[in-house]
Amino acid sequence: MFAYYLDLALRSLKRNRTLTALMVLAIAVGIGASMTTLTVMHLLSGDPLPGRSAHIYYPQVDASPAGYAKGGPLDVLDYHSAVDLWTAHRADRQALLANSDVKVQAPGSTLPPLMLPMLATTSDFFAMFDVPFQYGSAWTAEDAASRARVAVISSSLNDRLFGGANSVGKTVRLKDSDVRIVGVLQKWRPSPRFYDVRGGRFAQGQTSSFYDKPQDVFVPFFSALEINDGNFWQFTCWGAVSTPGHLQDAPCAWVALWVQLDSAAKATDYRSFMTHYAQEQKQLGRFANTQTRMPSLMQWLDLNHVVPSDVRLQTWLAFAFLAICLFNTVGLLLAKFLRRSNEIGVRRALGASRGAVFAQCLVEAGMVGLVGGIGGWLLTLLGLWLVRQQPVEYADFAHLDLGMFGLTFVLAIAASLLAGVLPALRASRVAPGLQLKTL
Amino acid sequence: MEIRPILASLRKHRIPAILIVLEIALACAVLCNAVFMISKRVSDIHLPNAIDEQGLVAVTLRGTDDKLVGSDLPRNLAALLGIAGVKQVAVTSSLPLSQNNWGWSFGSSPDSVISDKKNINVSLYFVGAGADQALGLHLLQGRFFNADEFADSKFDTAPLPETHVVVVTQRTAERFWPGQSALGKTLYSMPHYYSVVGVVEDVLRPNINTQNTDKSYEDVFFPMSAAGSKGALGFYLLRGAPQDRDRIMRDAEQKLAELNPAAIAKGTTYLGIRAKYFADMSSMAWMLVLVCAVMLAVTAFGIVGLTSFWVGQRRRQIGIRRAVGATRGHILQYFQTENFLLTSAGVLLGMGLAFGINLYLMQHYEMDRMPWYYLPCGALALWLLGQASVFGPAQKAASVPPVVATRGIG
Repeated sequence: MFAYYLDLALRSLKRNRTLTALMVLAIAVGIGASMTTLTVMHLLSGDPLPGRSAHIYYPQVDASPAGYAKGGPLDVLDYHSAVDLWTAHRADRQALLANSDVKVQAPGSTLPPLMLPMLATTSDFFAMFDVPFQYGSAWTAEDAASRARVAVISSSLNDRLFGGANSVGKTVRLKDSDVRIVGVLQKWRPSPRFYDVRGGRFAQGQTSSFYDKPQDVFVPFFSALEINDGNFWQFTCWGAVSTPGHLQDAPCAWVALWVQLDSAAKATDYRSFMTHYAQEQKQLGRFANTQTRMPSLMQWLDLNHVVPSDVRLQTWLAFAFLAICLFNTVGLLLAKFLRRSNEIGVRRALGASRGAVFAQCLVEAGMVGLVGGIGGWLLTLLGLWLVRQQPVEYADFAHLDLGMFGLTFVLAIAASLLAGVLPALRASRVAPGLQLKTL
Repeated sequence: MEIRPILASLRKHRIPAILIVLEIALACAVLCNAVFMISKRVSDIHLPNAIDEQGLVAVTLRGTDDKLVGSDLPRNLAALLGIAGVKQVAVTSSLPLSQNNWGWSFGSSPDSVISDKKNINVSLYFVGAGADQALGLHLLQGRFFNADEFADSKFDTAPLPETHVVVVTQRTAERFWPGQSALGKTLYSMPHYYSVVGVVEDVLRPNINTQNTDKSYEDVFFPMSAAGSKGALGFYLLRGAPQDRDRIMRDAEQKLAELNPAAIAKGTTYLGIRAKYFADMSSMAWMLVLVCAVMLAVTAFGIVGLTSFWVGQRRRQIGIRRAVGATRGHILQYFQTENFLLTSAGVLLGMGLAFGINLYLMQHYEMDRMPWYYLPCGALALWLLGQASVFGPAQKAASVPPVVATRGIG
């Protein structure tokens, strides 16, 4: 029966090509727009560390004066608090992070010096965040303890400086220091660059910078502070900085701490440890606020509204657009089915049930959806290509994965079937007698 | 035109009529909000900025040795002045819309400290001698800094300069001392204080607040000597004729790279900085324009499709009307009036919906209230669209010959 309906549907679609083309076009355009934005949303709002993000936390205490921080503790830590919490070793894994730009040169190379983003961090960073290595590995605890001049570099920097060859053991010059490369990362592109997310509350929805590429150079935290002294960025300061960019003793927040706590009990322990620490610091007169907070990774991303508001707006817009296209399709399907009232009347008079007419009409609507889905898929590819041409940090993410490809067709057929229900119901109500009379 | 028969006939085609009304309502609501978003972005992109944007070139120099900056800076500036077509050179710590922001908050009473809630946050520009001319600032009151003030100003251990003079923008002056002349007034942040010696026309901040663009002009200028700048003066400015700016940019970048082989020189025109700052915004605006255009097209196709269907269905009825004396004009008018009624109903519903969507966006997306005149404009647009798309099918209807009335099937 289905094959017969399919045949009927094909014949009927061929009969009125303009109307069919209009319907297919409406579905295709609506699906193309909504799938483009949905794909971008999907890529930007996913879990950057699936499977382990629930065990990753972002501890926050506050060393700023009373009334300085608004709406909870400051987004990053001051140096002393960060180092205190880190040296306590209360977590399964933990990493300190600080950002700066560093001048990079390859000795013996004719390339002009580059100014590149550097992450000062501790060696757990790589294991905790599942960072893949192409060559070598993270630095060792001894390297970190002896403040060795070592670094891990990104695959793109390795391509630029060494043509992609194994550069472990080679030297790069960071500012004025020669640094030995111990590891080269594989292509690693977390979405968002979750470990650097902060300040989203103040960004007014303009958060596309959270989707920037990872840093090119990773250096042991304390070595980095020495190598690139004077170039570190504060998140905020509440007092005088005697040497700009040298923030160790400055009243500034600039160091992030991430911890991995493998069980709920450990997380509870860590929270009470932080509370205790904050109270102790208040007694010492260093803290004015004892407020602490420890969101999990996904909670922290939520707090920072990582998905740019433009992207969320576009998604809303695309679905409003899809709704308009659907109204349109409902109207056109209705016109199409009712135009065939005669034919339907004959079929009904020859014994076809209402259900059969209904099914036949839905098959026809589904066909429109399928063809519209193909058009929608092509338009989605075009839309994503357009997104990739945009000057935004997340442009290179915009690709259609298999799941979204499947969803395109599911959505297209579901939308057209939904659009077909009302017209099909209407068509199945055609009274056989009335139509036959006019023949 | 008698509308009762139209209403009677619409009642017979209730479902398609409702569909058209809903489609128009949704289109009207989305159109009004989308156009409002576009206009907001366009006006942000064109925010005025009282510097010479057309002829300005900026080259950043990074990775220099801070200890040598006192001698390097004058040497670099002298070399840049030698480039053909360059009228003025200077250095500054930042530029409007460069995203390189150094903010501080000041109060207008002598006991103000940084964490005072009453303080007003402003962006700080530290500038070397000649920067007022290189930037093309417009002085409104008072004066710019003199040579002594440039020479004496430096960074010591504080994040604020050791000087006692400041030049403010008009908007900053109004914010601190509303209704008064700012000249001779003082900005405080314990233990620093600065007297206002001049007021300049509004210059944008390095980062602007798109939700409250009034705050985007609250910035101040401090003089700074090369030697005491601790490397803060990283932007080399060159001003020349607008048609020379690209060549000047390349020449300046090359010259600074030659003179400072260990450092990294990167040049851009000021228009490039501005375009980069608003790149996100303008691509979003274009996206919205595209959506509006396609949405209107889809709506128009829908109207064309359904009206054609109606015309087809009513061929016989039309034929009879023609046979009993209706002119082609009457038939045309009938379909146009019908569309006008449907569009009006849609627009009425759409206005309410547009207003609702706007309220929702205001709550969740920091959007402003949509001015009322967007609604009638949206209505007008959809009326025109409806009339334009119904025209073709209506003409087809009008060309139905009266003889159809005598045939069996319509």
